[in-house]
Amino acid sequence: MSAEPNAVSRRTLLKTAGAAAGGLLFGFTLPFAAVRGAVRAHAPAGAAALNAFVHIRTDGSVTLLVGKSEMGQGVFTGYAQLLGEELEVDWQTVRVESAPAAPVYNVPGLPVQFTGGSMSVASGFTAMREAGAYARSLLIAAAAESLGVPVAELHAENGAVIHGATGRRLGYGALAARAAQLPAPNAVALKAPSEWKLIGKPLKRVDTREKVNGRAGFGLDVRLKDLHFAMVSRAPSFGAKLASFDAVPAKAVAGVVAVVEVPSGVAVIATNTWAARQGRDALKPVWHDGPATGFSSSALASEYAKRAATPGTLAHSKGDVAAVAGGTQRLEADYATPYLAHASMEPLNCTVAFTSEGCDVYAGTQMQSPDRLAAAAAAGLAPEKVRIHTTYLGGGFGRRAAATSDFVREAVSVAQKFTFPVMTVWSREDDMRGGFYRPQSHSRFAATLGADGFPVAWSHTQVVQPVIKGTPFEAMAVDPKTGLDATTHEGASELPYSIANVRVEVHDDAKPVPVLWWRSVGHSNTGFVVESFVDECAHAAGKDPLAYRLAMLADKPRHRAALELAAAKAGWGTPLPKGRARGIAVHESFGSVVAEVAEVSLEGGLPRVHRVVAAIHCGVAVNPNLIAQQLESAVTYGLSAALYGEITLEDGRVQQSNFNDYEVVRQGAAPLVEAYIVPSADAPTGVGEPGLPPVAAATGNALFALTGIRARRLPLKHTDFTAKPA
Amino acid sequence: MKLDINGQLHEVDAPADMPLLWAIRDLVGLTGTKYGCGAGLCGACTVHVDGAPTRSCLMPVSAVAGKKITTIEAIGHTPLGKKVQEAWIAEDVPQCGYCQSGQIMSAVALLHTKPAPNDEDINSAMNGNLCRCGTYNRIRKAIHRAAGT
Repeated sequence: MSAEPNAVSRRTLLKTAGAAAGGLLFGFTLPFAAVRGAVRAHAPAGAAALNAFVHIRTDGSVTLLVGKSEMGQGVFTGYAQLLGEELEVDWQTVRVESAPAAPVYNVPGLPVQFTGGSMSVASGFTAMREAGAYARSLLIAAAAESLGVPVAELHAENGAVIHGATGRRLGYGALAARAAQLPAPNAVALKAPSEWKLIGKPLKRVDTREKVNGRAGFGLDVRLKDLHFAMVSRAPSFGAKLASFDAVPAKAVAGVVAVVEVPSGVAVIATNTWAARQGRDALKPVWHDGPATGFSSSALASEYAKRAATPGTLAHSKGDVAAVAGGTQRLEADYATPYLAHASMEPLNCTVAFTSEGCDVYAGTQMQSPDRLAAAAAAGLAPEKVRIHTTYLGGGFGRRAAATSDFVREAVSVAQKFTFPVMTVWSREDDMRGGFYRPQSHSRFAATLGADGFPVAWSHTQVVQPVIKGTPFEAMAVDPKTGLDATTHEGASELPYSIANVRVEVHDDAKPVPVLWWRSVGHSNTGFVVESFVDECAHAAGKDPLAYRLAMLADKPRHRAALELAAAKAGWGTPLPKGRARGIAVHESFGSVVAEVAEVSLEGGLPRVHRVVAAIHCGVAVNPNLIAQQLESAVTYGLSAALYGEITLEDGRVQQSNFNDYEVVRQGAAPLVEAYIVPSADAPTGVGEPGLPPVAAATGNALFALTGIRARRLPLKHTDFTAKPA
Repeated sequence: MKLDINGQLHEVDAPADMPLLWAIRDLVGLTGTKYGCGAGLCGACTVHVDGAPTRSCLMPVSAVAGKKITTIEAIGHTPLGKKVQEAWIAEDVPQCGYCQSGQIMSAVALLHTKPAPNDEDINSAMNGNLCRCGTYNRIRKAIHRAAGT
């Protein structure tokens, strides 16, 4: 049904990968030796630490410590696979654990330990193989010492070092303790791609069994001795301050043990979650007006529409759009997208235990090192006194990469008043109304088409709140020249199409609604608006939308390859049953290019997406099974937003509360998603997010093909596709 | 009151209106049953009460005293439950995994009443179980695999 990536493609990949990828893949051994190879995390009793990532027990069992958060994207599996490729162990027996917060687990090249930006496999591709290779090298050295033979006569195979000449064999368990005492080698050779046994194979996940029997431990499943549960009454509009509260009704609830004020509101602590909720709901705190009082998202939409017609900050310019005269057609269009909540299945939560040793934080977080600093600041402790324990994440999608560590900081503030551990639990409504949304946006386009139907000028003015500006991550993403945050124009300023005159401008005014990265960040907006407006141009020119795009992508081979693969698999141009139509879109994000073809109909007048064919160009496909999963996931998550998703505010209050008024795609509405991978020997690029940006446009473009009605506002539920086309 | 969960009797000290979900999770300590919405909208908390799929987040604990409650921790003890779990593994269904306890409980209940479900049967039985990771296609395949359809 879904997602069997092309087997022929994989074989081609493995054959060609060697020569083409060699230089890049082998270029990073020294940093590992210098920075990571010599760091040996403290190993538990009975185990030896060969480096910060690999522990081996005397029985030969291997533990891999992953500094990344497993939130469904499969990083535990991908990293075990990369490690296993070089360590020469049965990768399926490798036990994977979350690493603590420590600099050695930072993203290579960045001063932060976090999971996001679709960069786990791309950034760990070399580091994890090196972790395996360095450990293997130490085990071989220990065996050489023990057997009294040269290293060159030994090789590692299936968890043992073997002396080929005599057939003598020493298991890793017997060698690990000695190996851990030997100096780390300066460099190791990694396998050539032609020697890969695991990379490129669609291996199954390591975390499935515990996720089908209830044993997988998420943040809400943390159980500590004398654990208490808290719920917090927070401001009804963002930034409002507490005026007063009466603790008596909350304390009257059986099971409630305390009511305390914290910086974010009033916390009710109880012996169980239900009592905490009852107590919290019995509190009726009085709040002052705040900066968001009176704020309306519909008024914001009107304000943005006016603002989009005024000059903004120049994000990108090529040629001179103002100098273009004539042309055969001029197109103008306005697009709008709403605020969106992440709505992970597991509501936010964080457990904190203060001890004489410091503070232990248990959380499904994507932000280990920033959370550690934030927890330390909130607790008044030195960062090294804070230990971060990362659980499984019941979905992340960016919300658990809190730039301000809001949910961790708050949980510390709650727990520091008590000698027992406290889990701060957010209800679904708390989670949905707690802010940190994908920003609302407005895009104004103008294009001039030449005599051949292709654009000679393209102008795009985007109005959107910046996600990163004003956070501790500002330096990573704000252009010092323009002052613009990359999230306000990514996916729009790097327009892939060969158009001679392009101008992209941005208005990035701050608003009193907290915003955050939401799966694919700025691309979640720009993928929709850019690929919809290109489609408008194609139809205005009377050309096939696929051919139109391909003609403007002569110097973009990855875009062309993704488009051609998706189109071929979807049967682009072949007849469909009456009442169905296809739409296509392509978008580059996080280093990868994804093309999607959506097949739609109307059912009872409402859009129904039957099938989405996705093709990704993501470099070496380390695990095609995980890549297929991520495409299935990104398409479905993006489709929920495209069809239904919006967070609206009136008088500063979020109007949605739960899955009844923040609808998401259910089983009956889920399209068949087919995933295909363009064969490539390039270094791996992002996978978790790039499948999302094209889906809204592909769907909207298909609905236009079907009905002649162009949806320029998301979610699509606001468009009447049964109306007479304009 | 006494709760019969997975064949074991548990004495719980809970107010009559406490939802079964919190009794299972916080009082008995079985954490495989998940909190997702608290309003019967997402299915993450699905358990079986006398064999029937039930949203434990809405079911008052007093209403199930004396009834047989089965959770994800014990569903694999039945041949059908085990078959469904094995189908989930074969299709590599879970991503984040948070909704999968509820998905499996609903799927087992479906196959119990309809051993050979068609796609429409799957839609109607599984529509109340949300997944934000988009594992729906694989869930459908796993149900068909377990059913041999």
